[in-house]
Amino acid sequence: MAHRTSRRVIGALMTGATYGAAALALLPLAAILAMLILKGAGSLNWDFFTRSSVPLGESGGGFAHAITGTLIIVGLACAIGVPIGVGGGVFLAEFGGGPLGWLVRFVADTLNGIPSIVIGIFAWTWIVRPMGKFTALAGAIALATILIPIVARTTEEMVRLVPNSLREAALALGYPRWRTSLQVVVRTAGAGIVTGCLVAMARVAGETAPLLFTALGNQFFSTRLLEPMAALPLQVYVYAVGPYDEWHRQAWAGALVLIILVLTLGTVARIITRGRRVSHG
Amino acid sequence: MRQLASLAFAAAILAPSGSVAAQEIRLTGAGATFPYPIYSKWVLEYATVRPNMQINYQSIGSGGGIRQFTDHTVDFGATDGPMADSQITAVGGNVLHIPTVLGAVVPIYEVPGVTQQLRFTPDVLAGVFLGQITRWNDSRITAANPGVPLPERDIVVVHRSDGSGTTYIFTDYLSKVSPDWAGRVGKGTAVNWPAGLGGRGNEGVASTVRGTPGAIGYVELIYAVQNRIPFGTVRNHAGQFVAASLASTTAAAASATFTADTDFRVSITDAAGDAAYPIASFTWLLIPRQISDPVKARALLEFIWWATHDGQRFAEALSYASLPGPVVGLIEARLRSVTAGGRPVLPANFGQGTAPRGR
Amino acid sequence: MTTDAAVLPEPAPQPAAEDRWKALRMVSRGDVAYRLVLTLLALAPPFLLAMIAGELVRGAWPAIRRFGAGFLTHSVWDPVLGEFGALPLIFGTLYASLVAMLVAIPLAVGVAIFLTEFAPRRLRTPVATLVELLAAVPSVIYGLWGVFVLVPLLRETLWPVVRPALAWLPIFQGAFYGPSVLAAGIILAVMILPYIAAVSREVLLAVPAAQREAALALGATRWEAVWTVILPYGRSGIMGAVILGLGRALGETMAVTMVIGNTHEISLSLVQPGYTIAAAIANEFAEAATSLHLSALVYAALVLFVITVVVNALARVLIWRVARGSAAGSSAI
Repeated sequence: MAHRTSRRVIGALMTGATYGAAALALLPLAAILAMLILKGAGSLNWDFFTRSSVPLGESGGGFAHAITGTLIIVGLACAIGVPIGVGGGVFLAEFGGGPLGWLVRFVADTLNGIPSIVIGIFAWTWIVRPMGKFTALAGAIALATILIPIVARTTEEMVRLVPNSLREAALALGYPRWRTSLQVVVRTAGAGIVTGCLVAMARVAGETAPLLFTALGNQFFSTRLLEPMAALPLQVYVYAVGPYDEWHRQAWAGALVLIILVLTLGTVARIITRGRRVSHG
Repeated sequence: MRQLASLAFAAAILAPSGSVAAQEIRLTGAGATFPYPIYSKWVLEYATVRPNMQINYQSIGSGGGIRQFTDHTVDFGATDGPMADSQITAVGGNVLHIPTVLGAVVPIYEVPGVTQQLRFTPDVLAGVFLGQITRWNDSRITAANPGVPLPERDIVVVHRSDGSGTTYIFTDYLSKVSPDWAGRVGKGTAVNWPAGLGGRGNEGVASTVRGTPGAIGYVELIYAVQNRIPFGTVRNHAGQFVAASLASTTAAAASATFTADTDFRVSITDAAGDAAYPIASFTWLLIPRQISDPVKARALLEFIWWATHDGQRFAEALSYASLPGPVVGLIEARLRSVTAGGRPVLPANFGQGTAPRGR
Repeated sequence: MTTDAAVLPEPAPQPAAEDRWKALRMVSRGDVAYRLVLTLLALAPPFLLAMIAGELVRGAWPAIRRFGAGFLTHSVWDPVLGEFGALPLIFGTLYASLVAMLVAIPLAVGVAIFLTEFAPRRLRTPVATLVELLAAVPSVIYGLWGVFVLVPLLRETLWPVVRPALAWLPIFQGAFYGPSVLAAGIILAVMILPYIAAVSREVLLAVPAAQREAALALGATRWEAVWTVILPYGRSGIMGAVILGLGRALGETMAVTMVIGNTHEISLSLVQPGYTIAAAIANEFAEAATSLHLSALVYAALVLFVITVVVNALARVLIWRVARGSAAGSSAI
């Protein structure tokens, strides 16, 4: 009897421990959000979203150049990286059983583990230096290099989840293999693929190091791809380590905007998959 | 009527050869972090003076500035530590150092119970950063600060972890005043620190010092002022304890002697003069002597001219000391010597009538 | 039924054997083109990796020639003298990651168990979402949080309480100024927790329900079912998830450099400052004036690259031993 009670007690304790683990895991998230809101929300105003840097001592400056810059650079990175990543992921799922598939999978995981600053330096060597200038394009390519392995692996997972019965049905109806793959399997996995892309996009939107030596940053509003461009994480970092309170306030506000952007993308990803999760046949 | 026509004709002919009023021009520069606040103020103010020009300056560090300049990825570089001879050879000698402002590096500290401004001798600073003086109530420190209740507390040294011109200035000074330091550590943007923690950037050092009881570090004057961190006075070459200020920094620059053909790579640490602050330095822009694009060259030189003349009035509010008058005159001569396609970029009468601002 | 050859119509002429074979295999030109395009796209990651590796070796070559393997065993990092030894960097990288692992694994696996076993059904998706959102916070923001919240908290609140009890241990010896291996380890743990938790959750979901039901049928409490049956079954996959998290911890830059103290020193004490390879590269790359300094940094990056490759190879092998396909990686990564 005592033995059974102690087993129950241990069971209850460990159950409580897992509750505690979940709470402890969520604590930093709450703390970070609280810190950003407390320090940054007060500086969010119309000027912040519509105006760019102003000289020190003047008020009314904003992060318009950085917000636009992030949207452009990340958008371009996705335009480059998503087709390649999705293509690679579909390859891994459909034809990836052999040695080439094994190699690509291993390489993709290794790429995921390379520090982002090394990727930035790599992009500097191969794009910035030959071109002789810092460009938003180089920044986008650096981010795309980070994006591709993430998108490839998540796409592979999503496509694999599609039940074989769908494939078999399409093939039985006479579809050639390529049409089966493209129009039936991939389309079914579409929502999940989009999720993977959104999560990868959220990750690269917050990267600073790869942009340091590629897009460089810009005080001015610019949409030119062949010129340096500002970006949210860059601008936040530069202002946060500067000496002025005015810059610090704007850095917190910028960090808040950045995290809202990133969290929104992640939440959208979640909502899409919740509605259309593929059922395991 | 005819006069008007000939004026218009003259304007039409002269316009493309040097006027930058009409077309939009973008220049990119990168380098030192120390002058970033005033450079960014300058480029934004200049954009109101010349709306068609956008000069983008980003701080990636002095070494980065030198490297990007050498690799021709930027139109101009910026550095707190002048290029070494080997680096100048690497660009074929095609570089000019143009000083823009002066800055000071101050020793900051956080000692519980001490509200007075501490006085540091060169020996104390070298000893502390060498890890030889380890307590705040060491006799060498109390000797310089009579009457100050220094506690028996460990000294926590905080230095820079990232390479930086601030470190270059500070170690340059220590190398001059301490043969021990010069032999064991030397000077550079990054050195092998014998003791202490590394903080990232001026801000990292400032926040670490402020949060650590018993800490001592070194930062640019502006960070100490803006963060309201106490900093100490330093005994200069003439034996006076001087606090860093705009006046004492400019006094340090005034003591430097320049020959007419100077390349401006002059160190003014441990300067002579009663009022001179000993840990001060110029910061420089790096521009090519020969620039291929005449339009960009003209735009760049006009900006630097503006910065070293009109722009100097913004320095004081941001805790930078402005250039002494004679130095500005020498800068003008250097700027005139820049050529594009074999011909001087600035016309011979450029800037006449513009009195150099600054002391 | 028998067929009457005279009644049936004349059969159509048979296509050639080769064409019939192709028709049976349903290979069309479209298939060939499709596979070719996909293969080309899939070759992008290996191509990029080869180029990056090539660049690393090329950039590191002067340092490799100069220091050889001694680079990995010496401790002096002196840019002025041109002497570079990366042992403190390698030690710091591994030690900080170890601390991160020790903190993150129990928490992450606990969260995964919570989400698959004990959480009320309605809470499962929201909590899972929130945990995965931790992965979406940019590194710079973690760094800022570390500087402004975590380090002061550790120094002023936690350490004075804990110190009397633990200061005798070698891992807690020395004065604690705030920036330390401990702070870096905690921040890294928070950053990698979502990855380990998400993958572990997938692994646990993939464990067949029959296993759990059998344990419960034999009289186990829910916790005992988890501890004695489910976790061991998913052990390989969870270890693989852990190693994937380790791979991420090794390469983290911004957040670490803001809280670790950036000192080239080797010390067992958690409260001492340290340094990691990624942090050193981030700090010194922009400023490195001499080509030897640059080359030494690239050499360090190459070492980190090799460590990452080894770690990921281990992860691959372990993950594939359990759930094939669905447990490896996750929609959250």
